[in-house]
Amino acid sequence: MNLQKARNVLGNYVFVIPAALLFFTFSLYPFFKVFQLSITNWDGISPNMNYIGLANFKDLFFDNPTFWLSMKNAFYVTFLALAIQNLLALFLALICDRDIRGGNVYRVIFYLPPVLSGIVVGLIWNWIYDGNYGLLNHFLSFIGLGDLSRAWLSDSKTALICVAIIHMWKGFGWGFVILLAGLQSIPRDLYEAARVDGANSWVVFKNITAPLMIPVFVLVSILTILGTMQIFDIIIATTGGGPGYHTEVPITRIVSTMIGSSKFGYACAMGVTFGLILLAISMVQIRVSKAMRQV
Amino acid sequence: MPIFIAAFALAGCGSKNVADPNTVTVWHWMSDRDEAFLELARRFEAETQIKVRFELYAPSEAYAQRVKASAQTNTLPDVYGVLGEKRDFASFINSGYVADLTQALNAADAAGSVWKDGVFEKALSVNEFLPENEYSVKPGIYGVPIDVTTIQMVYNKSNYAKAGLDPEKPPVTWDEFVAHTRVLKEKGIPRMVSGFGEIWMIEALATNFAMNAMGEEKVFDTFRGKVPYTDPDWVRVLGLFKQMADEGMLVEGTVTMVNKTAEQTFANERATYAFNGSWGINVYKGMNPELKYGAMLPPSLVTSRPMKIWGGAGSSFVVNAKSPNAENAMKFLRWLTGPEAQAYLSKETVNLPSSKTALKDVPPVLAEFADDMQNATHPNVYPVHESPVVTEAFNKGIQSILIGEKTPEQIAQEVQRIKEKESKKK
Amino acid sequence: MSVFNPASGEVNYERVKKMTVSFFSHCFLISVSATCLFPLWWAFASSLKTQQTVFNDLSLFPKVPQWENYLFAWTKANFSLYFLNSLIYTVTVVIGVIVIASMAAYAFSRLEFPGKNALFLILISTMMIPIPGSFIALYVLLNKLHLVDTRLGYILPQINGGLALGIFLLKTFFDDLPKELEDSARIDGCGRFRVYWHIALPLARPALAVLAIFNILAVWNEYLLAMLVLSRKELMPLQRGLMVFQGAHITQYPLLMAGIVITILPVLVVYLLLQKHIIKGITAGAVKG
Repeated sequence: MNLQKARNVLGNYVFVIPAALLFFTFSLYPFFKVFQLSITNWDGISPNMNYIGLANFKDLFFDNPTFWLSMKNAFYVTFLALAIQNLLALFLALICDRDIRGGNVYRVIFYLPPVLSGIVVGLIWNWIYDGNYGLLNHFLSFIGLGDLSRAWLSDSKTALICVAIIHMWKGFGWGFVILLAGLQSIPRDLYEAARVDGANSWVVFKNITAPLMIPVFVLVSILTILGTMQIFDIIIATTGGGPGYHTEVPITRIVSTMIGSSKFGYACAMGVTFGLILLAISMVQIRVSKAMRQV
Repeated sequence: MPIFIAAFALAGCGSKNVADPNTVTVWHWMSDRDEAFLELARRFEAETQIKVRFELYAPSEAYAQRVKASAQTNTLPDVYGVLGEKRDFASFINSGYVADLTQALNAADAAGSVWKDGVFEKALSVNEFLPENEYSVKPGIYGVPIDVTTIQMVYNKSNYAKAGLDPEKPPVTWDEFVAHTRVLKEKGIPRMVSGFGEIWMIEALATNFAMNAMGEEKVFDTFRGKVPYTDPDWVRVLGLFKQMADEGMLVEGTVTMVNKTAEQTFANERATYAFNGSWGINVYKGMNPELKYGAMLPPSLVTSRPMKIWGGAGSSFVVNAKSPNAENAMKFLRWLTGPEAQAYLSKETVNLPSSKTALKDVPPVLAEFADDMQNATHPNVYPVHESPVVTEAFNKGIQSILIGEKTPEQIAQEVQRIKEKESKKK
Repeated sequence: MSVFNPASGEVNYERVKKMTVSFFSHCFLISVSATCLFPLWWAFASSLKTQQTVFNDLSLFPKVPQWENYLFAWTKANFSLYFLNSLIYTVTVVIGVIVIASMAAYAFSRLEFPGKNALFLILISTMMIPIPGSFIALYVLLNKLHLVDTRLGYILPQINGGLALGIFLLKTFFDDLPKELEDSARIDGCGRFRVYWHIALPLARPALAVLAIFNILAVWNEYLLAMLVLSRKELMPLQRGLMVFQGAHITQYPLLMAGIVITILPVLVVYLLLQKHIIKGITAGAVKG
């Protein structure tokens, strides 16, 4: 490589060096530390740490049904989020993409749930779902469906889905913002050309909007999966993981292992396993999206 | 670009603060008491010229993280609290982060009074390690309590009067309790609430019932593995929860309720009974000063045995073993647990004092709780502990019983199975 | 133009369709908006009630609004001190993330260098691996770097936190930008940096606005890292102020709600200003021009 080319490549590196520096310091190092801790039986306090090989992982995979149950719960909520929350966000973004009256106001309003503090979200939804004085039960009686009233967050059949609803309500604002930004980047002349050709809204969406939006869709789905699988604050504020294990999710399991049973090393093993599963899912998604773009 | 650099420059400045070596630094998590603590620090400094600096880190989860992280870098303050269970406390001590206070506690001051004598034994024993404890900690007392709490029950006197029950005669036995709840049910008055979403509360009530039903020793023997959870006594205890569910005793949603919501519910008279801690008095006072209520013990199954409740130290402080200021720190803690500071703290925060002398000045409802202290025990003073995995299965199992998903027999079998699995691992 | 033409007796179906769609769209928007506005309104109304009435009084607006709660909340939570801190942290972190992430994203999108794909993969994969339990490692690291209880020690990890998403988001947008503009600039003799700074970055304005919005919210609401890393009150962010109302046992709800409303307002204002950048036609105009 001659000097000119070397200087050129070096110049390219300069663009990524600040990011790489911060990343290696504040992400990679802690990550390796956690990896290291996952093969110990450390309790989080003692200066002594014993390496126990893969014993934590072995126990996790073969002897820890509650962890995998929590994964199942998280997958369930994530599936709902992908299907319903993102569809809602897309729908709203499409509506707001056109020039409708009060478009700007709506944008701010839809962003309110993510902005609201977790405390307020917890208080409000606890009230909505309350078994005696809750708004949902009031509403059901009002429209004559009073038989359906129940303590929504304590009922084994409805607890998880109710928590999922809270999450989706809080989360659609993110998807909405990103999808809207994506939609607004599509050149308008493409739409005009299609209209001139007499295409209706569905055809326009199918042939122009959707293909151009694929990378954004992938981004939003990956973010949705990552964000939803890591659901935690909402659970703690409403059901604490109960009743029984019905609303336990991976992060609540990791936290209760770390703090409740002081098994820091084991909790790190759980974290590493969880992370690798999420990584695998995201990689698959990216692969699929690359394939779709070639079509 | 220039703005960026300027902001960064601004961000970079703020030189490191070198702590005054003669100041006693205290880390705490009790937001409600921050002002009271600052006032106490002022008073102490006025008396002794020793500066005390209180730093608040809340909520308690964030506090615990900070303490654990600081322990790893040897940057713990002079005085702090170890939040967690006995085994965490033991680990802190064995790692050399906590000073042994036994000598200081046994020392007499200029006036001849011994520190230890002024503090409630039960509150101190929560911080004590006895000879031959299961954690191999050198026997001694390693922390001091700054207040005392009990966890028992309260009942709404107005609701009792409304239902035609005698407000001064709360139920003592389980059968009386069931009878009273039936009367209330007939009158359409909601019965019991508690923060069962926080599963340690289930554990507290369940072990109260268990120790009453079969005696402390049998419970400890179960922890030791000598008695199975499928023993009829345990099934009987689990059956109480089934009866609670069958009789509809619990307010809707109790199974997953956080304690703060349960406190609101009781304060707003939407429940007649609450299983809660003595700190609740302060909460109820703030939400409904007119509330007419009294304290009671959980109803007992067996009258020949006492009903034991959880009680003892509410919050405790320890001294950092590596602190250069240990002597002053201990002086401060001695003062903080003394009659003067305790009377002030107790009044300001409506909590039970850990100082015996300060007890005479507490308001009447608190006094009812104080009376029940004689029945108190606490997991930290048990000679043997159950594995947290088993305890979790037990508590969650009771939640399943309460929603009618599983029967007491099923849960007993499940818990025993998990117990056997955990024992093999050791 | 009306729906019905009396003269010819025709019903303008196109018009009817448009109006129905518009009507239902608006109904839908309004109902979703209502659910979003309700909690904020409840928080606001609660902030004007008293501790005794906050859960009993279900009125949408209290008869005797306690406006002084806002004054109490402001002083008790020491907001004047913490507001400035939060402002400093937010500005530096957001600018840091935008500059560093966009540079890196541009490189991943448009430039070539050995190890590019591997590095990109590693960078965004950390976004996908949550590591609860990393707080101890982080603290030990900051301690070694003498950054505990410093502003820098609080800012740098947060910039890092925003990088993975930022790089991923921006690379997605950069990838889709038409290359013609950059190519013509290169032909005109512009170096990499100028192409990045003057052409690519302005075109990615919607994405930058999104990134800014996300990070502003994250920094503004941050408190766990502050509790871990900072000690001196002078350095604490806003959320520390709110903690005062959330005791281990007693939560002073009206004051807490007042505090929350105070902290939410600036975010909403900034969001209102920023989302104006998420407007259409930037790319189109640039290509045409």
